[in-house]
Amino acid sequence: MAARSKKLIAALFVVACGAGLVSPARADLTRSAPRSQSEKARIVSLVPAITEMLFAIGAGPQVVGVGGFDQFPPEVSKLPRLGALLDPDTERILSLRPTLAAIYGSQTDLQSQLERAGIRAYVYRHGGIETIYRTMRELGAATSRASQAERLVRDLQSRVDAVRARVRGRAKPKVLLVLSRQPGTLREIYVSGGVGFLHEMLEIAGGRNVFADVARESAQPSQEAILARAPDVIVEVHAEGMFKTSSVDREKAVWAPLSSLPAVRNKRVHVLIGQYLVVPGPRFAAAAETLARTIHP
Amino acid sequence: MSDAVALERAAPIRPIRTRLAITVVGFGALALAAIVLAPVVGSTRISLARAFDRSIPFADNVDAQIFFVARLPRVLSGALVGAALAAAGVVFQALLRNPLATPFTLGVSAGASLGAMLVLIFGISIGFGPFSAVPLASFAGAAIATGIVYRLATPYRRAMSTAVLLLAGVTLNSFFSALIMFVQYIADFAQAYRASRWLMGDLDVGSYQPIIAAVPLVAIAFGMFAMLPAALNVLSLGPDAAATRGVDVVRAQRLAFFSASLATSAAVSLAGPIGFVGIVVPHLVRLMVGVDHRIVLPASALFGAAFLVACDLGARTLLAPVELPVGVLTAMVGGPFFLWLLVRKS
Repeated sequence: MAARSKKLIAALFVVACGAGLVSPARADLTRSAPRSQSEKARIVSLVPAITEMLFAIGAGPQVVGVGGFDQFPPEVSKLPRLGALLDPDTERILSLRPTLAAIYGSQTDLQSQLERAGIRAYVYRHGGIETIYRTMRELGAATSRASQAERLVRDLQSRVDAVRARVRGRAKPKVLLVLSRQPGTLREIYVSGGVGFLHEMLEIAGGRNVFADVARESAQPSQEAILARAPDVIVEVHAEGMFKTSSVDREKAVWAPLSSLPAVRNKRVHVLIGQYLVVPGPRFAAAAETLARTIHP
Repeated sequence: MSDAVALERAAPIRPIRTRLAITVVGFGALALAAIVLAPVVGSTRISLARAFDRSIPFADNVDAQIFFVARLPRVLSGALVGAALAAAGVVFQALLRNPLATPFTLGVSAGASLGAMLVLIFGISIGFGPFSAVPLASFAGAAIATGIVYRLATPYRRAMSTAVLLLAGVTLNSFFSALIMFVQYIADFAQAYRASRWLMGDLDVGSYQPIIAAVPLVAIAFGMFAMLPAALNVLSLGPDAAATRGVDVVRAQRLAFFSASLATSAAVSLAGPIGFVGIVVPHLVRLMVGVDHRIVLPASALFGAAFLVACDLGARTLLAPVELPVGVLTAMVGGPFFLWLLVRKS
């Protein structure tokens, strides 16, 4: 019995080693990576917001791999996918021999692995609009594109100022900003609390967040709380996927039972769909413009 | 054997009809009080007079909307789900002759959860009429799990083996849980979060429609429960002992298995797998009224309703205006309370 299990273990070991020998990462390593590129830096980014920023400051050609959630700009569709928040593919990341890797703040294991491999990790922290600007400047510094990053920040700031100017002096309606719910029902509604870039965007766009007192980025209020706060406008922002553009009218109608809400009574329920609305990257100014147009048509 | 001794000790001093009447009136009053009082209380102060004032158009009446749209559906679904899970717990514990059995032991809820996950994550829209996609898929998942476990545990025309039933159920549970983890893992972050939120249970069912869809199922299950208690008393002594006392074991087991599975499926597809109600409530009730299933079953259903309605009241008020998942609260309240009762009794 013992001998048999020893044999089994030995067999398994051989199989495991064999599998290791033909793993894709090794295969990649044996192939010589193109070195002759004019850019010295090779960047991988697992974070969609950072990928967008890199392309926006002109570091796009240096990006050699992106995360599983990345959709924008269209160029990313041709790049290798390296996993994302929960499933970073460390082998594949290492095999691309990046000089800089943008990862999520919670990926501490990955960070130490990268550092051991001599790869600089840029750790992304999620935050408000100031964090977006700071991240852009830091990425500019890290990729020797400080001036482009500064230009991008200035450009975004002026667009934000323009949005502010457009809504200045107008009465601020009470807005419920819905981030997620079960499609087709009013179940599991998550809304923006008083923290984070979505809340800040809402304020810039001339709305008053009805859950500004909840010190969280997103929270699940009870229906009762929504009724009691009586928003004048309901704005839902969804990335493509869960909600389809074709079902917008049906999704608006879901709110009908809460007819005492001014937003429902006055037909001010808006379901907006687009990834740019929810990614804290360089397209956030466009999102703020959309929000402002929605709240103050 | 210990069950038999306990049964002897709990032998009625008063005739069973009287005891049943007392229990139903007592626990019924508790459940009724919970159902009547819970919609009155909430994170917002409302005027009941205004809520019931027919002269104000419903569309303009916030108090009425908070009462009838936000609170009442939750209270009703809480009562329905609490009663169904607690009663199913009693039946499963008797059928499996295992005090640790819950409505979720045999994989019914894991099947339901897998169905719900598939819809939530792949965005499959299979809803029709009054049935929306998630409850429909979770009910289908529960039915499939029930069917698999039943087939595995039932040799042709012979009594179910409770050991096989238990093992098949537990294995199926793990298997479905693995599939659930897999599906969640390949989903994107927002979807995975929504899926895990579903697993915490939620009585904010959004409207009356899902409740109306679940009521007939629970009613059928309770109709079957009504035929069970005497058989459960004997079944809990074991199939052989039951057979010698003239119980049609095969029929009784089948009835118990399918009724409890049906109640569980309906409850889980309505509100997600709310834990702890199905194990704590039956034991609490037994500590209060003894072990005779003729008393325990109706008492558990009524107490389960009251318990879950009370927990949900906490869920929607404690962190107001933010929700607390009710499944978190049932476990946090039920666990220590149960332990306290256990220690005090012994």
